[in-house]
Amino acid sequence: MAARIWIFSVAVALFLSFSSGHDLQIVNAERRIDLSSHIVKAFLTLKVENIGKDPAADMLLAFTPTQIKHLSMVQAMAITGKKKKKTYLPLDVKPTEQPDAPNDTGYFLVSFATPLTPGETVTLEVLYILTHSLEPFPSEIAQSESQLVYYRDSAVILSPYHIKQQTTFFKTPSARVESFTSVDPANRAGKEIKYGPYEDRAPYSYAPVIVHFENNSPFAVVEELVREIEISHWGSLQITENYRLTHGGARHKGVFSRVDYQSRRSISGSSSFNALLAVLPPKVNSVYYRDNIGNISTSHLRTGFKKSELEFEPRYPLFGGWRATFIIGYRVPLEDYLFEAPDGRRYLNFTFGCPLVETIVNKLTIKVVLPEGSKDPSAVLPFTVNQDLQVKYSYLDIVGRTVVVLQKDNVVPTHNVPFQVYYTFKPIYMLAEPFMLVSAFFFVFVASLAYVHIDLNIVKK
Amino acid sequence: MAMSPPPGTSSSAMRNAFGTVLSALILLLIGVLAFSIRLFSVIKYESVIHEFDPYFNYRVTQFLSKNGIYEFWNWFDDRTWYPLGRVIGGTVYPGLTLTAGTIWWALNAINIPLSVETVCVFTAPVFSAFASWATYLLTKEVKGSGAGLAAAALLAMVPSYISRSVAGSYDNEAVAIFALIFTFYLYIKTLNTGSLFYATLNAIAYFYMVCSWGGYTFIINLIPMHVLLCIVTGRYSPRLYIAYAPLVVLGTLLAALVPVVGFNAVLTSEHFASFLVFIIIHVVALVYYIKGILSPKMFKVAVTLVVSIGLVVCLIVVAVLVALVASSPTGGWSGRSLSLLDPTYASKYIPIIASVSEHQPPTWPSYFMDINVLAFLVPAGIIACFSPLSDASSFVVLYIVMSVYFSGVMVRLMLVLAPAACIMSGIALSQAFDVFTASIKYQLGRSANSKDDAEDNTSTNNAPKDDSSSGKTDKGEEVAKERSSKKGKKKEREPADKPSVKSKIAKKRVLVLPLEASIVALLLLIMLGAFYVIHCVWAAAEAYSAPSIVLTSQSRDGLHVFDDFRESYAWLSHNTDVDDKVASWWDYGYQTTAMANRTVIVDNNTWNNTHIATVGTAMSSPEKAAWEIFNSLDVKYVLVVFGGLIGYPSDDINKFLWMVRIGGGVFPHIKEADYLRDGNYRIDSEATPTMLNCLMYKLSYYRFVETDGKGYDRVRRTEIGKKNFKLTHFEEVFTSHHWMVRIYKLKPQKNRIRGRAKKLKLKTSSGLDSKAAKKNPWI
Repeated sequence: MAARIWIFSVAVALFLSFSSGHDLQIVNAERRIDLSSHIVKAFLTLKVENIGKDPAADMLLAFTPTQIKHLSMVQAMAITGKKKKKTYLPLDVKPTEQPDAPNDTGYFLVSFATPLTPGETVTLEVLYILTHSLEPFPSEIAQSESQLVYYRDSAVILSPYHIKQQTTFFKTPSARVESFTSVDPANRAGKEIKYGPYEDRAPYSYAPVIVHFENNSPFAVVEELVREIEISHWGSLQITENYRLTHGGARHKGVFSRVDYQSRRSISGSSSFNALLAVLPPKVNSVYYRDNIGNISTSHLRTGFKKSELEFEPRYPLFGGWRATFIIGYRVPLEDYLFEAPDGRRYLNFTFGCPLVETIVNKLTIKVVLPEGSKDPSAVLPFTVNQDLQVKYSYLDIVGRTVVVLQKDNVVPTHNVPFQVYYTFKPIYMLAEPFMLVSAFFFVFVASLAYVHIDLNIVKK
Repeated sequence: MAMSPPPGTSSSAMRNAFGTVLSALILLLIGVLAFSIRLFSVIKYESVIHEFDPYFNYRVTQFLSKNGIYEFWNWFDDRTWYPLGRVIGGTVYPGLTLTAGTIWWALNAINIPLSVETVCVFTAPVFSAFASWATYLLTKEVKGSGAGLAAAALLAMVPSYISRSVAGSYDNEAVAIFALIFTFYLYIKTLNTGSLFYATLNAIAYFYMVCSWGGYTFIINLIPMHVLLCIVTGRYSPRLYIAYAPLVVLGTLLAALVPVVGFNAVLTSEHFASFLVFIIIHVVALVYYIKGILSPKMFKVAVTLVVSIGLVVCLIVVAVLVALVASSPTGGWSGRSLSLLDPTYASKYIPIIASVSEHQPPTWPSYFMDINVLAFLVPAGIIACFSPLSDASSFVVLYIVMSVYFSGVMVRLMLVLAPAACIMSGIALSQAFDVFTASIKYQLGRSANSKDDAEDNTSTNNAPKDDSSSGKTDKGEEVAKERSSKKGKKKEREPADKPSVKSKIAKKRVLVLPLEASIVALLLLIMLGAFYVIHCVWAAAEAYSAPSIVLTSQSRDGLHVFDDFRESYAWLSHNTDVDDKVASWWDYGYQTTAMANRTVIVDNNTWNNTHIATVGTAMSSPEKAAWEIFNSLDVKYVLVVFGGLIGYPSDDINKFLWMVRIGGGVFPHIKEADYLRDGNYRIDSEATPTMLNCLMYKLSYYRFVETDGKGYDRVRRTEIGKKNFKLTHFEEVFTSHHWMVRIYKLKPQKNRIRGRAKKLKLKTSSGLDSKAAKKNPWI
């Protein structure tokens, strides 16, 4: 079986390497996969050499179809300079299709800063993040049990290029590892499992491994998050966040005993979580935390100069498969987030992503509600999202407010980077609503004045 | 208004206009006061719906705002009274929900995106402001605007009304009290003016009252009584006829439009008084008419004729009524009404009515708590109403007398007493201020004005208005002008008013008190008012603002919040299947359907006694029998409220005897005596085995002993009787943080794969259970 894959992959690799037009090889590869939370982070250090005759402008990163499905983000950086004077240069990474990808392999294209001349080498740092890649096994556990998960990957790096030497490290959250597939040479020391070094692996080599280990970190998954950012030119930014949270780990089975949960906290419900932390902007005010049946009293806010932290608990501890919904709302001063661009347009500069630490968001929708009367909205983001425009009617609106809707799936904390929404707005629109109120009152008084003075009696008395 | 007086009296016109503006301003402030004193619950707790019934109303309003009015009328609610369901549109008084739904709709139509919840929370305070304005109007019709303002100010903060209308207390009474007072106002207005316009408005207001609250029967009995009183005391007038006859005809027709009332408007005994008086007033009207057209001699003949015919007709009617009434078992009266007439009725026959604390008779302290100093002012007000007695003042006297009686029967009806007490006290205060300020003025001669102003500054809240009004009343005719204020219709001035004004002038000459006595009395009255204000604010802030779904306690290390109810409702709503059925005692039915959105077996609308008795029986049965009952009802979760860990006294163990009583009322194998040791209800080691083995005990105390090792119940202040036991047919699935709510799941039925021998063994071991099960009607 392995031999057949081998031959097949070699054939495909040859074909591909011709088709892509570059002859690259990876001299040295080191992969460190961090399995300590439910967000799997993989750090790749690749030393790439151009062994062809033409300069190469880009290279491919390959992922299996399952990884592609769970891939949240890929970043690449080129390292220049030696040891002390290392500088990191972010590179452009974008998904790409290859016409003859074997077994539905997915690709990302990394463009070098300068094309790689023949014989030249470059060192790349690649970070990719996988979500929902830890499969709980057993899939249902009782309150007192600890949570065990499977992680499936390959011992060697999937790559369309020849890799001369490579090593892979898996870092588990605790020393408790039930089992791991042995691919010689593989060994485990404490929290680390080391696969390799492997020499001279052909393109598209694959050696499936399963690591079965204990992971009791909170599997906090936000199934859906809708953040509404409402810009008021009267001086504040109102943010309302609707969460639908679930525990994404092994499902809870059987009884939930409060006695055990309260008195034997260390062994009981170790995979459950109770407290969450949200990192909010500094100068945040009017923070509230509630759900659709009222305020939730278990929260604590610390404000600071760099960031504010909201520590809060859902109404009940979350065990595997349990859900909770809640709303967090807050207000920040406008001058820190709204600026005027040189061309006269205004732009909002705000953080993308989810304020909760260490959580996966399956579906994130950010709605930027622009003030009534604003025009030509456009959003600028460092990654691709679905964009849409809506209209919302709020307090005494007549034409409605333009809403820029940004939607992205599979969001992790690494996505918390600033984004901008540009629009044009004339300040005179701010006076529309006060003017309406004033005129309404005016008409009421005029009407009552008229009512008092009109005599509808036909006969004078 | 401004153009009504002749040009010669321009200074008095100015004064009049100034008085009107001042009254309007004071009324506005009273409205603001009424609204804001009810916001303590929002400020101290949060903007949330309170207690039990408001949650149902809130849920209905949500449905209404989402699905529209037609869906609402046809709404069959399958989330409650499983498996029977409930036709909401036909069994609910729709006034409140339609009001809040309309407000919500109107606000959203002008793009003010308030949530349904916010609208519901603030409906009650808004309507309290309306109610105080209605009180002003009513009292003004009775004793002039000074008394009106005083009464409105008193009503704005009367604790009895606050207890039912704080922000979040979204219940029928919130709008019904306004409707009640407003209906009375329109009745008096019609009575004073004889205008058919007001009579029609009165019928519409009555219709709104019928929509809002079952208490409308109070109106439809009180007004006929007053009409009868007027007739008997020889005060019959065409105005009385106009005030009454259209109300009965239009009102009854309109009332029959409300689905929950329907034909009850003509079929039940509560309404018969009005029809009887309707006949009487026609007879009287006929007599007066005939008297007008006949010579005295002929009239005597006619009287004999009419009386004999009338007697025959009356006899027939009475016979028909008696026959109708006798044909129904309760005599055509609903249980709640019967318990009003016979206060011991409920405790004897209907435990489900008796089990509700607000249906108990009140204690004396609760009068002081709820109407405070008004209780002392009311007699003075009654006396003031008799000097002189007019149609309007006789009505308020009758109103207070009846409401005092009803409030003595049921704590809840203190609410009806409160407006009457406020009106009476307003009249009393206003008259007292009148007399005192007038005598001060008289004593001080012409230099009184400056002194009077100083008096104004020292007085609190209700004093300035009274002073201002009394300042006006010494001009004599101005009271009358004030009453005929609307658009200068001078013909509206009631004849009954003139003698009162004259007598007032006469009285003022006679009733002159010494200066010192007047000043001291004034000061004392102001102190009394101040005491009332302080008490009301205290009651609003401390006693009546707790939403009861979230509890707080003050301890040394700060405020402690017990939010267990919502914790468990949230758990139910997110972590159980949407069609699961939850069984609990009926108190928590409305909350479970509204907050957890799960189907319940019984709820606070206690319309089916058998169904409630079934749940009561299950709770009082041993585990296996209870499992059988619950399983037959498709129940998946059982919810019990347990206060033993933190000392929350209104928990299910304390309500348990009612479950036994109600259950035993339908299923005789549950006997109250089995749960009592020598007549005492106890759960410690002295408790009876039946008690220690019933489901409620087990679900409440399951693994309770592991918390402190002894199982000390902080509510009952004792160690529990049976400490270590296991559950065989139920499993604990959720217990809230302070153990206040415990949710158990019914274990699925065991597969029948055991051997025959094992099965037999099982049967012998649980012989007792199966015997109990045999008696059970559910198997």
